[in-house]
Amino acid sequence: MNEASHQSFPEQPVARRPVSVESRNLGERANYAPDYIAFRNYSFYYGATQVLFDINLEIPERQVTALIGPSGCGKSTLLRNINRMNDLIDGIRHEGDLLIGRTSVYDPGIEVISLRKRIGMVFQKSNPFPKSIYENVIYGLRVAGRRRKSVLDDAVERSLKASALWDEVKDRLHESAFSLSGGQMQRLCIARAIANQPEIILMDEPCSALDPIATGKIEDLIHELKNDYTIVIVTHNMQQAARVSDRTAFFYLGKLVEYDHTDTIFMNPMEPQTEAYVSGRFG
Amino acid sequence: MSRDISDKTRTGVPKGEVWVWFTSLGLTLGLSMVLVLFGLILVRGLSYFWPVPIVQIELQEGSESAFLGMHRFAGAVAKTQQRTERVLVESPEADAAEADRTVRETIPDTFAEIQLFLGNRDYYGQSFRYFRDEDVVGRTRPEAIIRAERRAEGDGIFYARELVLEDGRVVKRAEDVDRFESELDRLVGEARHRRAEINRIDRRHIGRINLEMSDIEVELRYFRRQDRLTSEEESRVQELRERRDELQRRYERLETQSDALKRTNESIRLRYERADGSRDEMAIGDLYRFHYPNRLGVSGRIQTFMIRAWEFVSGYPRDANMDGGIFPAIFGTFLMTLIMSIAVTPFGVIAAVYLREYAKQGPVVRSVRIAVNNLAGVPSIVFGVFGLGFFVYLMGGTIDSIFYPRAQEAGVPTFGTGGILWAGLTLALLNLPVVIVATEEALAAVSRGVREGSLACGASKWQTIQRLVLPASLPGILTGMILAMARGAGEVAPLMLVGVVALAPNLPVDGTFPFIHLERKFMHLGFHIYDVGFQSPDSEAAIPTVFATTLVLIILIVIFNLSAILIRNHIRRKHQGSAF
Ligand SMILES: Nc1ncnc2c1ncn2[C@@H]1O[C@H](COP(=O)(O)OP(=O)(O)OP(=O)(O)O)[C@@H](O)[C@H]1O
Ligand SMILES: [Mg+2]
Repeated sequence: MNEASHQSFPEQPVARRPVSVESRNLGERANYAPDYIAFRNYSFYYGATQVLFDINLEIPERQVTALIGPSGCGKSTLLRNINRMNDLIDGIRHEGDLLIGRTSVYDPGIEVISLRKRIGMVFQKSNPFPKSIYENVIYGLRVAGRRRKSVLDDAVERSLKASALWDEVKDRLHESAFSLSGGQMQRLCIARAIANQPEIILMDEPCSALDPIATGKIEDLIHELKNDYTIVIVTHNMQQAARVSDRTAFFYLGKLVEYDHTDTIFMNPMEPQTEAYVSGRFG
Repeated sequence: MSRDISDKTRTGVPKGEVWVWFTSLGLTLGLSMVLVLFGLILVRGLSYFWPVPIVQIELQEGSESAFLGMHRFAGAVAKTQQRTERVLVESPEADAAEADRTVRETIPDTFAEIQLFLGNRDYYGQSFRYFRDEDVVGRTRPEAIIRAERRAEGDGIFYARELVLEDGRVVKRAEDVDRFESELDRLVGEARHRRAEINRIDRRHIGRINLEMSDIEVELRYFRRQDRLTSEEESRVQELRERRDELQRRYERLETQSDALKRTNESIRLRYERADGSRDEMAIGDLYRFHYPNRLGVSGRIQTFMIRAWEFVSGYPRDANMDGGIFPAIFGTFLMTLIMSIAVTPFGVIAAVYLREYAKQGPVVRSVRIAVNNLAGVPSIVFGVFGLGFFVYLMGGTIDSIFYPRAQEAGVPTFGTGGILWAGLTLALLNLPVVIVATEEALAAVSRGVREGSLACGASKWQTIQRLVLPASLPGILTGMILAMARGAGEVAPLMLVGVVALAPNLPVDGTFPFIHLERKFMHLGFHIYDVGFQSPDSEAAIPTVFATTLVLIILIVIFNLSAILIRNHIRRKHQGSAF
């Protein structure tokens, strides 16, 4: 395990791109931190209501971790705390700690903005900006002050290729993003999330508004992306969780009920609640 | 068993949709009121320029309609109407027993009458007069009659008879009609050129000299009050005196030039005869333009119409604003509205951004918002008073004491008196709530998804506002601006306190350095309407001018709005976010 590299956070992201063939061959990705994102006795409150209860969860680097559970159990809340999107809401409070690469996201030395630059996010409802496709993709670079045309062009091509959208839009990069279909828009949002070369991608039900074909494309995409990114995905679709994720965490009423390899969760869960949920008997 | 799936009741009205009728009724009412008003203004405004034929009427001897002992009148028909008057009659009592007594009673008497625009206000003392149809025994449309726009006293309606040339020769119409008419055309045209030249000299050259002289005078007056002058100041005084004398000489030279032209225009005279046979004469320089209304064909009328309309919008007013054009008022309105929009938009947008995006939403912000909304209900004259106190006296006074101390000491305020800048700012204040409310609504309409997406990309709040929220709200902000402009351009009351005048000697923009003179007083269409319509001696004659001016004001506002709407649509097309 290469722990030293993780401790350099937040100043310098872990040097790990491009992924070398060697590292991929190391079986179970042994040189990636198994506790890249770590919740330690983490509780979260909206005002007086507690939404998350004493969560202990370690999300491994460069794998896909699915968060499942019935509606209202706190999956989105958990996800949105990773890049501190919940900071926008008044009256929030947390206990315990949330670490990324061994450094707390609540560390006073960390600026929320630089934290978010290193974490891409894809929302349930695709939210392209009222700008051209090109400008949508490089939005993160623009706000980071990047101006060089060659850098921006490269980022657009790379991100759109990575999000499997390049062939469909390469001839109309300067048209409005609203000219895209729903599935294309969602892939554009993924391209936007990875344009800044983040370390983590958070996805909150990214396919819930899409048809099966578009969903399939995005699932393929997730498969591709996990070579380079740590992905946390919230989904209500059990098949999807089973298809795309390496690990699955099952939440119920704000508590982490069970967390294990996806196969284990779906084939051989320890908790009866998990079993009931994944087999569709409640939820 | 069939189920009734129709949504309608038996009367055909959709269930629960009774109120649709009321809403459509409201719309119809509002719309027809607007259309009637607009149609009225349009028709009456445009007819001001349309050359109507002149009828000459002959009245029965001793009829009631005659006045000043005259029986023949010529004029343009302004109105024909039926009128009922109650007249007093005396008749013997029907009852035989009291046959010696008479009964007095009033009975209604209905008659038709026409109203003529007679012109020649100097002669008749009024421009319009009613005549009963029954008194009129003859009606003709004399071909030779002329309608003349004159320097003063409104239009003249008369027959041209003789021309007295500069050298004293007399050209008589009776001798050679064609020669006389072409001579008249030529002389009036030449007089117009001379007048333009006089104007150029008076307005431009002499005006500029006057401005500089008064500046010098102010400075000299300052030095004169000092007890002792340094040698430097002495030489400055010397310099100023020389400059003043030089200007004085130039002034005199120009004045001789313009006087010569004026004399020529004065010495050529037109002798004319009115419908009643009275004769008079006028200087050719006072005859601005004329036409033969009864000779004009359709194309001639259209041409006259165009010329008159153009002169109205491009010319300067004369004869106490009763006549001539309204260009300074159009320009003043335009510039003031522009200043207002430029001032109100950034302030309103900044305030709205703070209120909506940064301020912690709570009772304080809520009450600020209520206060802002209620600001829109404060009578506009109150804003005028505030503008006078704050902008004119406080800010203007301060500017004067810093930048124009000598002029201020001499009692000549520069910014410390009403001016177009202060008027624009006062109206900006007046319209601030409109812009704030519209902008706030536009900001609120930007979806949370877009904001979160931006923040998740690592943008700061300000970056999000600047790059996404404001561009997306631009159409809404422009809507606020459109409302503000429409309201601002039509507002009059506060302007009266902060710089509008009935007649401004100079435009706020001209050829003298620094070219834009925002401290100057200005003319405004709304105030012009008030001034012409309600402050002029002959209000009846002013009615057409009022309608025409109103029409111009409305057209100006429409142009303002249309251009803002075009810009807005252009932006919408670029960020078609909300149309999604
Ligand atoms: N801004 C907020 N203020 C107060 N309570 C909130 C807020 N957002 C969410 N909650 C509450 O927190 C709980 C967890 O919400 P969360 O959105 O995390 O659920 P979820 O698991 O994502 O549900 P779903 O699957 O329906 O998206 C819910 O009870 C919800 O009502
Ligand atoms: Mg959710």
